[in-house]
Amino acid sequence: MNSKIPQGEMDKKWVDYKGHVQLVNPANKRKLEVIVIGTGLAGASAAASLGELGYKVKAFCFQDSPRRAHSIAAQGGINAAKNYQNDGDSVFRLFYDTVKGGDYRAREANVHRLAEVSTSIIDQCVAQGVPFAREYGGLLSNRSFGGTQVQRTFYAAGQTGQQLLLGAYSALERQVALGNVTMYRRHEMQDVVLIDGVAKGIIARNLVTGELERHGGHAVLLCTGGYGNVFYLSTNAMGSNVTAAWRAHKQGAYFANPCFTQIHPTCIPVSGDHQSKLTLMSESLRNDGRIWVPKKQGDNRKGHEIPEEERDYYLERRYPAFGNLVPRDVASRAAKERCDAGYGVGTTKMAVFLDFADAIKRYGKIEVGKKALTNVPEAEIIAIGKTVVAEKYGNLFDMYAKITGEDPYSMPMRIYPAVHYTMGGLWVDYELQTSIKGLYALGEANFSDHGANRLGASALMQGLADGYFVIPYTLGNYLAGEIRNPAIDTNQQAFTDTENAVAERINTLMNIKGTKSVESFHKRLGLIMWDKCGMARSEAGLKEAIAEIQALKKEFWTDVRVPGDIKEMNPELDKAGRVADFIELGELMCLDALTRNESCGGHFREESQTEDGEAKRDDVNFAFVSAWENKGNAGWELHKEELSFEIVKPTQRSYK
Amino acid sequence: MEHYHMNLTLKVWRQKNNKAKGSFETYNVKDISSEMSFLEMFDVLNEQLIHDGKLPIAFDHDCREGICGMCSMHINGEAHGPWKQNTTCQLHMRAFKDGDTIVVEPWRSKAFPVVKDLMVDRSAFDRIIEAGGYISVNTGNAVDANAIPIDKKNADDAFMAAACIGCGACVATCVNSSAMLFVGAKISQLALLPQGGPERESRALNMVTQMDKEGFGNCTNTYACEAQCPKGISVANIARMNKEYIGASFATEEI
Repeated sequence: MNSKIPQGEMDKKWVDYKGHVQLVNPANKRKLEVIVIGTGLAGASAAASLGELGYKVKAFCFQDSPRRAHSIAAQGGINAAKNYQNDGDSVFRLFYDTVKGGDYRAREANVHRLAEVSTSIIDQCVAQGVPFAREYGGLLSNRSFGGTQVQRTFYAAGQTGQQLLLGAYSALERQVALGNVTMYRRHEMQDVVLIDGVAKGIIARNLVTGELERHGGHAVLLCTGGYGNVFYLSTNAMGSNVTAAWRAHKQGAYFANPCFTQIHPTCIPVSGDHQSKLTLMSESLRNDGRIWVPKKQGDNRKGHEIPEEERDYYLERRYPAFGNLVPRDVASRAAKERCDAGYGVGTTKMAVFLDFADAIKRYGKIEVGKKALTNVPEAEIIAIGKTVVAEKYGNLFDMYAKITGEDPYSMPMRIYPAVHYTMGGLWVDYELQTSIKGLYALGEANFSDHGANRLGASALMQGLADGYFVIPYTLGNYLAGEIRNPAIDTNQQAFTDTENAVAERINTLMNIKGTKSVESFHKRLGLIMWDKCGMARSEAGLKEAIAEIQALKKEFWTDVRVPGDIKEMNPELDKAGRVADFIELGELMCLDALTRNESCGGHFREESQTEDGEAKRDDVNFAFVSAWENKGNAGWELHKEELSFEIVKPTQRSYK
Repeated sequence: MEHYHMNLTLKVWRQKNNKAKGSFETYNVKDISSEMSFLEMFDVLNEQLIHDGKLPIAFDHDCREGICGMCSMHINGEAHGPWKQNTTCQLHMRAFKDGDTIVVEPWRSKAFPVVKDLMVDRSAFDRIIEAGGYISVNTGNAVDANAIPIDKKNADDAFMAAACIGCGACVATCVNSSAMLFVGAKISQLALLPQGGPERESRALNMVTQMDKEGFGNCTNTYACEAQCPKGISVANIARMNKEYIGASFATEEI
């Protein structure tokens, strides 16, 4: 497998690449069409930047507006190696933290590039009018995230993703106004069209009319996010799906590290069978909140009634160096360990406490100190502290209160891990090109930068890095070879054939006329995945899961009921196509997890752990990227991209 | 918090597409948990309809955590329902009690035509942003992020305005179908920041012109939009928009 990593020193690779990459002159750019699927951080920033360069861009989103993409829900922040805090940060440290945080399963050259461009992202966003949090002196404020010991995270309250996305969205809409980007709302990509093995367009479905449309392009960019919804319950949006990536995979694009999923430690716990999604409580809360369970098993007292000496602050106990700010995989497993051992809290006993009582008092005292007040009663200190905490995390606390009906300012929150992000995705080379020529994957949809575990506040960084600062260079290197090819004729046979195949699949789905709803299949798939391919995985469990998923697939295609018609707005039909793809992906995830007989990052194989229950990597046998090739009915073939570490030498990851 | 279960009667607007005539249909749902979200209650109803061989109700929703702005139900006469500063997806069933009748309609506005059932077309908002809701800075042109300090109060006010989720509740709730809270919030955000300075006048003029062209009404100061806004966007943004617009109108008048 050729990952096209440039030669030379690690910190010179990207500079050298940019210096020697092929360019496309402005007159030729005007003739080249680029299709961008998805308008989240990666898609919107790519579409806007390519439009600015003069390419003819067509952008697609399934929502009613590009501004709805699920990047909008990212809460905590975005990392950048600015070192504004003078606390020792640098491009090297961000690079190092990310490779280590990813448990040595990321590609070093990509991560270094990510750290290099991180600083330009913040500059660009501020110039667009993104209102990041600021200090009284008017300069930007930073906070800390898991897996790091510096403050390099920029934020806008608990709505950083929203502000960054609206920045990228405004840049995108500006290009729409200038005529460089054509926006297709409520459109979903159904398949990619290949001509002689090269991506030349897509088949999209207009979700309002149900009509299929052909769109030609000299390159196709998939910026379609992750596949966490394979678990049914996740922090993803209801519409988040794997369909574009999966269709590409079925056409030949390799799918890399599918089993690397991130279970986020701090989410609001499941309340019942009706649950349709899970809500994240930002990792930033671990800056100030302390995580604990009662020292006594089965303690039914309310959190604030349990005295200090009867609490087990288990993260601080197990990991004194990083405490509550250990990386997500470590924090999630520790919560599961305590709950499985019988120390969980709340009615379901599948939750731990996230407590702000100390932080509220601490901030209260600081404010009182600033005003040089004396003899302030405790209740008033707490009241003042609450206002400070509200300023930092108010929207998150409000959300918690609305969902649970409890006041997190006066009693500890109950939290539990939930599926959040997928590090796996389409395999891409250094230029973000998939194994299909002309087809690219950006942002969460690709696999490249986070290894087996993503650090907090790095998803926004990667999405925008790919869209603003990587693809504008690397795509030109490909399109320079396309300047002699005229506009793609969508009357070619390949378009007809692909459109027919799409139409046939839709017809088949509609005509099964079975007895069970799409939703019921999705829920069942989710349960299998969560139980057997979730926070802990074993050989026996994964083998069972594969058999169960194969049976589920058969049942889906013989007994699903999709109401309504094809040629109309039909959300059930949209969902049916997505769930059909999730079922197939689920099987591949289990196969990948079964093959990777080691623990690393978010992938925890019960057979591979240290004596004290930490993940045990096997660098001799598994220091590679799994890149799966689809072989149709024959299953999948594994290709390995060997990972070599020139700079950050793999060691057993320790946060103790 | 005590949890309970309830039986409800729902009167829901059904409309096949933007050309068809719509009407209310009545449904009964049983054993709804007070811990469910409002949309999860709709999921239960839709599963029931599919099971019975009927067509499920189409409604817009995506993130279900109150930030994407896609959900848009008019519930018992209020945009997003009875809770203040809240979206439909974050409304939970403990807001209701056993035996309640709940009336659910789509946003009602000429500028937001119904797509199907409870879904409407809000692309008018995108076109207003296209008219000027941005700062013209191509990728790669930016100076260092800390090169221009910004007064914390202005930065905070800009953020408060930028928190708008573009859901359209302000329009749906306004007797005039005015979009001025939405437009005012974006104009304010960019006017409060030094980066927005160079295009300040053209932005105000062009966005207001587009707003009028889309068929949104004027503001008559009822403040219903602020009261109903899920993010609590202040009507002070409308005042700032008017100031920006008037200032820009004088500045561009030829002498």
